[in-house]
Amino acid sequence: MAQSPLSEKNFRIGFITCWAAMFIDHTIVLHWFGLPWQPALIDSAISNTTLLLASLLIITILRYYLPKYEQHVNIFALCLLLTILWILKIRWLLPLVNGGYEGYDLILKRSVPIRFSLGFLLLGCLTLLSIIWYNQKEQKENETRKSDSEKLAKEAELFKLRQQLQPHFLFNSLNSINALIGSRPEEARKMVQQLSDFLRGTIKKEETQWVTLNEELQYLQLYLDIEKVRFGNRLGTETTIGEGTADLKLPALLLQPIVENAIKFGLYDTTGETVIRIFTAKEENNLFIKVLNPFDPETASPKKGTGFGLKSVQRRLYLLFARNDLLQTAAQENIFTTVVKIPQT
Amino acid sequence: MKKIIIIDDEPLARSVVKEYLQKHPSLELVQECGDGFEGFKAIQQYQPDLIFLDIQMPKITGFEMLELIDQPPSVIFTTAFDEYAIKAFESHAVDYLLKPFGQDRFDKAIAKWSEQQPATAIKEKATQDLIETASLSPSQSNRIVVKNGSKIKIIPAHDVFYLEAADDYVKIHTQEGYFLKSKTMNHFEQSLDTQQFARCHRSYIVNVQQITRIDAYEKDNHVAILRSGAKVPVSRSGYGKLKEVLGL
Repeated sequence: MAQSPLSEKNFRIGFITCWAAMFIDHTIVLHWFGLPWQPALIDSAISNTTLLLASLLIITILRYYLPKYEQHVNIFALCLLLTILWILKIRWLLPLVNGGYEGYDLILKRSVPIRFSLGFLLLGCLTLLSIIWYNQKEQKENETRKSDSEKLAKEAELFKLRQQLQPHFLFNSLNSINALIGSRPEEARKMVQQLSDFLRGTIKKEETQWVTLNEELQYLQLYLDIEKVRFGNRLGTETTIGEGTADLKLPALLLQPIVENAIKFGLYDTTGETVIRIFTAKEENNLFIKVLNPFDPETASPKKGTGFGLKSVQRRLYLLFARNDLLQTAAQENIFTTVVKIPQT
Repeated sequence: MKKIIIIDDEPLARSVVKEYLQKHPSLELVQECGDGFEGFKAIQQYQPDLIFLDIQMPKITGFEMLELIDQPPSVIFTTAFDEYAIKAFESHAVDYLLKPFGQDRFDKAIAKWSEQQPATAIKEKATQDLIETASLSPSQSNRIVVKNGSKIKIIPAHDVFYLEAADDYVKIHTQEGYFLKSKTMNHFEQSLDTQQFARCHRSYIVNVQQITRIDAYEKDNHVAILRSGAKVPVSRSGYGKLKEVLGL
């Protein structure tokens, strides 16, 4: 339910000022027409107070019933009805109070059309203003609701993108642990811990949270250690941390899916050993992270360029920065390169 | 003694199967393989009775490897998570182990396999049907895996010029000449990307990206001229399909 315009201080002051101005004006005009001050004041007070009540009635009615465009004729009828009731009321009330003054009846009689016109005009204007007011309020409420729901949707989407833990990874890791339990229980224990820390990281970190590159790389190391147990000698990694980049910030959990994509691409597109290289650099207040993996240009499909993993990273970067140019990929000979640029604020 | 081969790209995953196999002295592990290429070679060399096969492996999947083997052995699939594969297993009642699995589950799979031993023909049929279903998976629509002598070749779909029916085989024409695969035209019509390939004739499927022009040829018939200069016949109904794919 929209707030009544009367709840706003400025509107209340304006409303009272207008009413006072009308009251004074009304009195002066009557006096000018030859009525003594006292009956003029009484007339003005009664007329304007009843008019004020009618105005309040309109504002309240419109608060609960806002007409659609095609229903404006109803509002017109309402104004008309209220004006007629108002005229009838003062026509009955005023002679009772002011009847003692000579010539008052005539003035009252003659002034009915003017009173009617003015009253109708005023009530009409007020109605129009109220409608505009309430419409605006409603629109504003709709807008807030819309932007709220958009924000919620965005948060949910970001959450989902971040949570997209590959079930394939999870089950294969559990299978590796299962294998280690029989032969090397100490290593199995270590891997359980690494996997737990990794999973805890995906749950714990908040979407908008920014972490330093150092923290992100430590987290990435957990993932890489697990993958190395799974794939044994086939997987090697080299990380080169550029000068002055360790403390730069990036959105939490951004790096892992990029590296995951590189590992998958590298390991499933080649046989034999695969080395994933990671470089970081700082340039013009941007953090650059470059991930390289080998692939086989003869059999890789050109469409395969960005796997699902990268698509979700791209979407996340867009939701966070409203930019689509932060993630770039390139294939050169048998090396596939993914570069992500994080603007530093 | 029954001969067993394990094909899985993760060494630890192989070691689990190896460990569980120790309880079955009548089964002899003859080879462990880390990918489909090794698996293909090993199967031809040893003619195993049973293989344990992972699906997601480097270069070619377990299904693609099976496709290349003329008389595939009995297979127990081992996979961690692959919705598509699991659906295929279920619809063809082929036994599969979901990683991680325990000794009990493993023993059951072996017992089931031993019971079915005499009915090899049925088993083979199920495996064939399974391969057929699996090869329709979206991940396999952009390449064709063929056997070239004892070697395996992966042909990216965009490198294929056209396919031609040849008795029980399909000839896959590429830059490097043609390769044979024992499949039907219908199979390729279904599995290849319909945005790129059109069945322009009962015996031909053409890669529309290779077409440079289409000429009229006798009455009602057309012929598509490819970039390589090859001419592919286009039947009347095939012409309609071709126009649809080309958006004419």
